[in-house]
Amino acid sequence: MTVALFAEQLLNGVQFGLMLFLMAAGLTLVFGVMGLINLAHGSLYMVGAFACAAVANFTGSFWLGLGASLAAAAAAGAIVEIVVIRRLYNRDHLDQVLATFALILIFSEGTRWVFGSFPLYLNVPELLSGPVSLPLGVEYPLYRLAIIVIGFAVAIGLYLLIAKTRLGIRIRAGESDRAMIAALGIDIRFLYTVVFALGAGLAGLAGALVGAIQSVQVGMGEPVLILAFVVIVIGGIGSIKGALFGSLLVGLVDTMGRFLLPWTFKLFMDPSQATSIGSALASMLIYILMALVLVAKPKGLFSANA
Amino acid sequence: MGKLEIMKAGLVGLSMCLAGTAVADPVKVGMITTLSGGGSGLGVDVRDGFMLAVKQAGNKDLTVVIEDDARKPSLAVQIADKMIQSEKVDILTGIIWSNLAMAVVPSAVAQGKIYISPNAGPSKLAGKGCHPNYFNASFQNDNLPEAMGAYASENGFKNSFIMAPNYPAGKDVLNGYKRFYKGELASEVYTKLGQSDYAAEIAQIRASGADSVFIFLPGGMGIAFMKQYAQSGVDIPVMGPAFSFDQGILQAVGPSAMGVKNTSHWAKDLDFAANKKFVASFQAEYGRLPSLYAVQGFDTASLILSAMAKADVKDTEAFRAELKKIDIASPRGPLKFGNNQHLIQTIYVREVIKEGDIYTNKTNGVAIKDHQDAYAVDCKM
Repeated sequence: MTVALFAEQLLNGVQFGLMLFLMAAGLTLVFGVMGLINLAHGSLYMVGAFACAAVANFTGSFWLGLGASLAAAAAAGAIVEIVVIRRLYNRDHLDQVLATFALILIFSEGTRWVFGSFPLYLNVPELLSGPVSLPLGVEYPLYRLAIIVIGFAVAIGLYLLIAKTRLGIRIRAGESDRAMIAALGIDIRFLYTVVFALGAGLAGLAGALVGAIQSVQVGMGEPVLILAFVVIVIGGIGSIKGALFGSLLVGLVDTMGRFLLPWTFKLFMDPSQATSIGSALASMLIYILMALVLVAKPKGLFSANA
Repeated sequence: MGKLEIMKAGLVGLSMCLAGTAVADPVKVGMITTLSGGGSGLGVDVRDGFMLAVKQAGNKDLTVVIEDDARKPSLAVQIADKMIQSEKVDILTGIIWSNLAMAVVPSAVAQGKIYISPNAGPSKLAGKGCHPNYFNASFQNDNLPEAMGAYASENGFKNSFIMAPNYPAGKDVLNGYKRFYKGELASEVYTKLGQSDYAAEIAQIRASGADSVFIFLPGGMGIAFMKQYAQSGVDIPVMGPAFSFDQGILQAVGPSAMGVKNTSHWAKDLDFAANKKFVASFQAEYGRLPSLYAVQGFDTASLILSAMAKADVKDTEAFRAELKKIDIASPRGPLKFGNNQHLIQTIYVREVIKEGDIYTNKTNGVAIKDHQDAYAVDCKM
């Protein structure tokens, strides 16, 4: 194993983690502020990817597509909040799970109805295509570096939004005591719609960014959603900081596990068996990590309401 | 008028009598396939190919019940039970994925139902686990990779990096490649089924010093891998069985797949009259080019229709004997069943090209002629 390979894998882990962060940030914000479990978050990710692919194919510009993904997902989020989610805040979590699960089915079948069952074409823009050379002899795809930059930029932006702006103050107040900020004359319904649309927009952005290097197809959101839930459970539900650390932890553990476990097993086993067992174990690794974190810290690493 | 009516009635009665002697009962086919979620493009093509043959035949005695398994083994088992017990189907078909086939097929054939596979061909059902009620109208999982292995050796590749998802078909495929490939292995990697990010694997390919990359990543997995591979700047040639380079996904992969060599038991440009007719009628019916999955669905339906014309489905033995003759005009050309009721067929090498705006494959030549799977010897039939 060379230093370059190890460094490339670390970058892969960070990139995967930051992509998860874009998903997890919205999920944890919505849960923290509104106490809502939103299973349809993965559908908003899919909406972003499809909007980006459709607009990019129509106009020929990936950047317009990226803008469209943010707008479409945020708009879809706002509409869903106003039409469906608003009725669920006072219900228990089981009702929320049922209703948002129904939304997954509606989004999936609706997308299939509009775009068909075959995956859509979406490719990386010219400007960011191909590899770049980094120190230590690492060759890395420029596009993945761009995802890392965007991920960190969003993290900083969210921090500033929540720590420094009036909207952020209201969001934090909403997390601590809903009834009180409503009593202080803040339009809590509007605040909820804004927060939900913000989370949806981030999910849509993630979908568009990832759609360019994966496949834009119906059902692409659900596997990511599961990982995003793992992230917010590890990070502490409701905490943006927890979502960031949780994402990076999950991204690194998953990537390094997939790479190092089979390699380690090969030292003392037949290669074919080693890769088979190693990769099976690697796919369990993040769930083992989650269990360990929950044993040590039942509320997650950075619980918002600790 | 009155006389005409009577004559008509008489004719109908007569034809019913005739039908009574040749084909007694209508045939009910239960199709369990993947129509939603990841990999639904494959199920849609199998279904559309199947229904095209049904429509062309216009045989009113054939009814088809179609249900979606969403690529979930547990759901497929439930649907199969329902179809066998309450729908009372005579024949089951449709399953795309080997893990679902392993969950459904053994119990269905044990209950006396005929199962005809339009896609999955797990090794366990081809060797010791073969069954008189199980027919495979697609391929045995090892077939296409075996042909790719033979091609790689013939073309001087000596150090392959091989990769497949960690499920029964993935293991069959890598074993198939290794059976006919004579060089060294740079590395053998199993990924998660449905994995969408291959950065970690591509980094390993880059560091491996291989001279060729053999992948089996069907559906969306292949799209994701090829796009990421093209971005990574690694330029080791990629090859694989047709599943990652098929009509259904090539448009989504785009330029990243250009020039890739892949092995297939069918290609759009094979020079058979039945193939030209099939491609044209599929395009006319659905407005897109067919994939190999559509061909497999088409052949499965043609097989059932050909057997129905000569035998009663309730007489399982006679019906099976008719199925075994493969009295159909397949777009794949002449087909024959081996002793394990898997196909002996010719495997071709194809290359991804661009025709106008459409990415598709052209045939480069024959990889292995009249190829039979390696498990047939273990089958006691």
